[in-house]
Amino acid sequence: MLLEALTLQLGYNATLVTVGAMLLGIAAGATGTFLFLGKRALVSDAISHATLPGVALAFMLMVAFGGDGRSLLGLLLGSAVTSAIGLLCVSALTHRTRLSEDAAIGAVLSVFFGFGIVLLTVIQSMNAGRQAGLESFLLGSTAGMLWNDAVVIALGGTLVLLAVLILRRPMTTVAFDPEFAAGAGMNVRRIELAMMGLAMAITVVGLKIVGLILIVALLIIPAVAARFWSHRVGHVVLLAGAFGGAAGYVGAAISATAPALPTGPIIVLVAFAIFLMSLLIAPARGVLAAMLRHRHFQAQVHVRQGLLALATDQPIYERLTLRLMKRRGLVRADGVATETGQAQAARALLDERRWQVLRSDPAHAEAAAHYDGLTPLDTVLTPDQLKALDQGLGPRATT
Amino acid sequence: MTGAEFVPLSLPPLVIGICAAIACAIPGNFLLLRKQALIGDAISHVVLPGIVLAFLVTGTLSAWPMMMGAGIAALVAVGLIEAVRRLGRIEPGAAMGVVFTAMFAGGVLLLEQSDTSSVHLDVEHALYGNLESLIWLDATGWSSLFDLEALAGMPPELWRMAITTLFVLVMCVLFWRPLKLSTFDEGFAQTIGLPVNHIGLGLVVTAAIAAVAAFDAVGSIIVIAMFICPPAAARMMTNSLEAQVLWSVVFATVSAVLGYVLAGYGPLWLGFENAVSAAGMIATVSGSILSLAAAFGPCRIRGGAPVEA
Repeated sequence: MLLEALTLQLGYNATLVTVGAMLLGIAAGATGTFLFLGKRALVSDAISHATLPGVALAFMLMVAFGGDGRSLLGLLLGSAVTSAIGLLCVSALTHRTRLSEDAAIGAVLSVFFGFGIVLLTVIQSMNAGRQAGLESFLLGSTAGMLWNDAVVIALGGTLVLLAVLILRRPMTTVAFDPEFAAGAGMNVRRIELAMMGLAMAITVVGLKIVGLILIVALLIIPAVAARFWSHRVGHVVLLAGAFGGAAGYVGAAISATAPALPTGPIIVLVAFAIFLMSLLIAPARGVLAAMLRHRHFQAQVHVRQGLLALATDQPIYERLTLRLMKRRGLVRADGVATETGQAQAARALLDERRWQVLRSDPAHAEAAAHYDGLTPLDTVLTPDQLKALDQGLGPRATT
Repeated sequence: MTGAEFVPLSLPPLVIGICAAIACAIPGNFLLLRKQALIGDAISHVVLPGIVLAFLVTGTLSAWPMMMGAGIAALVAVGLIEAVRRLGRIEPGAAMGVVFTAMFAGGVLLLEQSDTSSVHLDVEHALYGNLESLIWLDATGWSSLFDLEALAGMPPELWRMAITTLFVLVMCVLFWRPLKLSTFDEGFAQTIGLPVNHIGLGLVVTAAIAAVAAFDAVGSIIVIAMFICPPAAARMMTNSLEAQVLWSVVFATVSAVLGYVLAGYGPLWLGFENAVSAAGMIATVSGSILSLAAAFGPCRIRGGAPVEA
């Protein structure tokens, strides 16, 4: 069943949703990256909640003009208008008052959302029955998606993606270093607004599939997951797009296999699974890699201390040290040094004493900065420098 | 409006609304100053899976297991956010976004999977709350307030919310000095030996308790709005923390009363028949207060900074 869903064989409607969700995921991942890198991931939360009153107002307007009230394009236009107003409110509150951005975000999202719910209850009492499905914008619903809706979503997603491509350079600069961007003559405020405008477009387009509460996840999670794998902006954007697309595709496919699996939450949970995997196994910044690095470092320190103890004929009591040294063939089971052990211990002692001389001599301050108790000195100095340094050691050490 | 109508139908929701607003607004002041304002938002999203799980485990909709579940979920979320932030070296906002959206999605999925549609447990309810339905049927008029038998029939949410508000107030008074010190000057608080981390954790836990109790009674919108809007508006009115907390309590109370009245009677005045969502209206009123404060408040600009032309 899942395989059929993944290969798009579950029928017309499921295919439509799956492809739409994938496109949305790609666009959301790429756009969200710039928000994340600019440390304003949660602005998307304000944007998405601010769409609700727009949806409700658009519905009321369309009904007032004798329409059906449920045209997706109309509802999305309405949501775009109020979320833009919400965005401007966040911007104004942050720049014009003493409120910090997170407070502005929280205020806007709660007030707009509250007002939207007031409007929803107005609609409910206005004409019972005809508003059916309006609440589905809260959590997304794809059951009744039509060809026209899919076209709106696909087109919107593609347009946003194109805009991201065109604006990627200025957006990167502004996200990382707004002051430099301003110095380079860019209109920072306008580029920031464009960045958020794109996030807004994604939110509006994604309302139908993921719903306004969960669209935030599609903007944030893929970007955060991608950040684990690379520190180059271009790669992060590409990866975030790929992760978002995968989450949309797989999530929609899974949800198509059973009626009790709502699309929006499943897509978000797939994205979260990708994030968890990235957090754990990413090569440079992942938890696993960090743990391995830590273990390696720990082992190095223990072995070094053990070797120094051997060289000065001190007994080793530390169990971990003994175990590590045994495994490397430096000591025998009874704790007596092997031949390699003795050789390496002598070398470690020599190295330690060279470092001591080096660090007590202000002329070598630059090289002394490399000291961490582990790095062998011969990787820092040239052989000639070493020879000069050895003059300062006693005759016994220069074996 | 006579007492015979007002006391059973409007008094309990009004009192509950006021208590919920105050209980959220007071910790909100400190969260706002510590730039943790969105914790209320995160908590109110993550209590959903807690509530659904509590329902699945106990099979009842009674309040205590629900609140336990919500509280545990809130603590789990705070822990997860911290873990993601530290393990992944991610900025706090993004870590919060990752955790609360994923947990909320999990809650919605659980809700759809379990057969909870037969009982009154759904997402809309969790968002809007049901302030209007918290009525006191045993009351006959003002005299019922002194009638022990009738008082026993009060909605239990009222007692819970009142106790929570009292708890928040007591905590705020007891820990006033350490809270104030560690909020404004963490380094100094640390040097004079205050357990800064524990104070921060205690604040978040108190906020979570207030959020969960209010969530149970009035829905998540009021929680998010009251954590931020009254304190933010109060911040524009004064530079002193004492005055700010007092202002925020006043603003929270006004929002609750005005919002409830507008939601219940406003549509009638305009000639419509049905009331609108009280929770939504309370949030809307608090937003209006904030926008007024942002436009005219005496301390709306950062201290010492020149007014932008």
